[in-house]
Amino acid sequence: MTELQDTARRLLDEGEVKVVIGWEEGRRGVRPVFVTSAADCDRLVFDTRCVHNLATFLNPRRSQVASLGKAALVVKGCDAKAVAGLLREAQIERDGVVLIGVRCGGVVGSPVAPDAPALTAETVASRCFACDVREPGLVDVLVGDAQPEPPGSGTLDERIAALDALGPDERFAFWTNELSRCTQCYACRQACPLCYCERCIVEKTEPQWIETSPHPRGNFAWHLTRAQHLAGRCVGCGECERACPVGIPLALINRKLQQVVLELYDYTVSDDPAVPAPIGAYATDDTQDFIK
Amino acid sequence: MADFEPRITAFVCNWCTYTGADLAGTSRLHMASNVRIIRLPCTGRIDHMFIVKAFERGADGVIVSGCHPADCHYTAGNYHARRRFGVFRELLSFLGIDPKRVTFSWVSASEGGKWADVVNSTVERVRTMGPFDSYHGLVGAASPADDPFASFETPAGATGDSAAAPASHTGGAS
Repeated sequence: MTELQDTARRLLDEGEVKVVIGWEEGRRGVRPVFVTSAADCDRLVFDTRCVHNLATFLNPRRSQVASLGKAALVVKGCDAKAVAGLLREAQIERDGVVLIGVRCGGVVGSPVAPDAPALTAETVASRCFACDVREPGLVDVLVGDAQPEPPGSGTLDERIAALDALGPDERFAFWTNELSRCTQCYACRQACPLCYCERCIVEKTEPQWIETSPHPRGNFAWHLTRAQHLAGRCVGCGECERACPVGIPLALINRKLQQVVLELYDYTVSDDPAVPAPIGAYATDDTQDFIK
Repeated sequence: MADFEPRITAFVCNWCTYTGADLAGTSRLHMASNVRIIRLPCTGRIDHMFIVKAFERGADGVIVSGCHPADCHYTAGNYHARRRFGVFRELLSFLGIDPKRVTFSWVSASEGGKWADVVNSTVERVRTMGPFDSYHGLVGAASPADDPFASFETPAGATGDSAAAPASHTGGAS
């Protein structure tokens, strides 16, 4: 903890950055914080409640953040993959941000808790299963003690397998029920570090591709599009699902597409921005079993 | 169900499949008349939203067809489309939309016969699957005024069995 605070203090003191984006203790668990003065650096914390993917604040279109000046960002393994995604897609420049990596052994499902809960198979966030990153790559400074593997089992993959085992009609009924709660508030989009378009397709009205009335048909169009636009890009940080006010299991869809791009195109999202994403690249011998 | 006529929307590439469909017509091949063709510059131009929109507006099935690999007029459009639709097909399936309602095919400008096969097999498959009521019914019943296919319906009094009628808007036999 002091290592993190000292690093932030040094970066601000030396004038290398104008703001450090990390987590602080709030009234209801931890919350993101923007530290602009070295004196405030002792507010920074990192523990199992630090679930937020702060890479979303690097979106250059978030002008209120960009106007603070060059930022240092505290990143976990999944957050570093999101930063790599922004670099890969030329949204930010590597020199434009300082990354403080924290060694992470998994986080809990919700940041709302009085003190850091111990990770158990029950409390660990579903995204942390099969997470292969204890030490985030791509970073300028790495802090924190070595961490063990997160506990838990493949809940997400098991739920996907259970859905896959159903027939199309049952799956359709499942998703119609889930998506019927969607109000198209777009919290999933706002929380996502990789949903950064200046103008989202859902806001285009001529032609209007996605019906914005929150009925199941418009909701299907929205969630199909959101998922397709994130295929091969999603880092699996699970922020969309956590941000969803009506509890739609969006992580199932994102995780499923991670499985699909792995199976079809042998692609796993990484923290190496030089590896091209599968959509937008191609191989002449790609699978085409589904094409007559 | 017995007299169900599937409504199929086909998104085809201008350079290969559209020309192939034209050839099917000028060759007077018999094929089902359930398919409405929308011509696009390239399969790479076919967004997944086109498929979703077709289902929203009442299609029971969709055909996506373009140039064979290595034949793309724009060099690589079909390769990009192949990746996107490989993923999108799995996504549809996961959300419970049977991917058998969507046919992907490569039909070159010289393959009029293959186009007729693609059309006939898709129409027959979707006919067996029945109307896509589950998707169309997501928002009440569609009003006839909203139905862009309404003007394509066989007029009352004309031959009741349009599948058996040889005419096709892609050319057609007489």
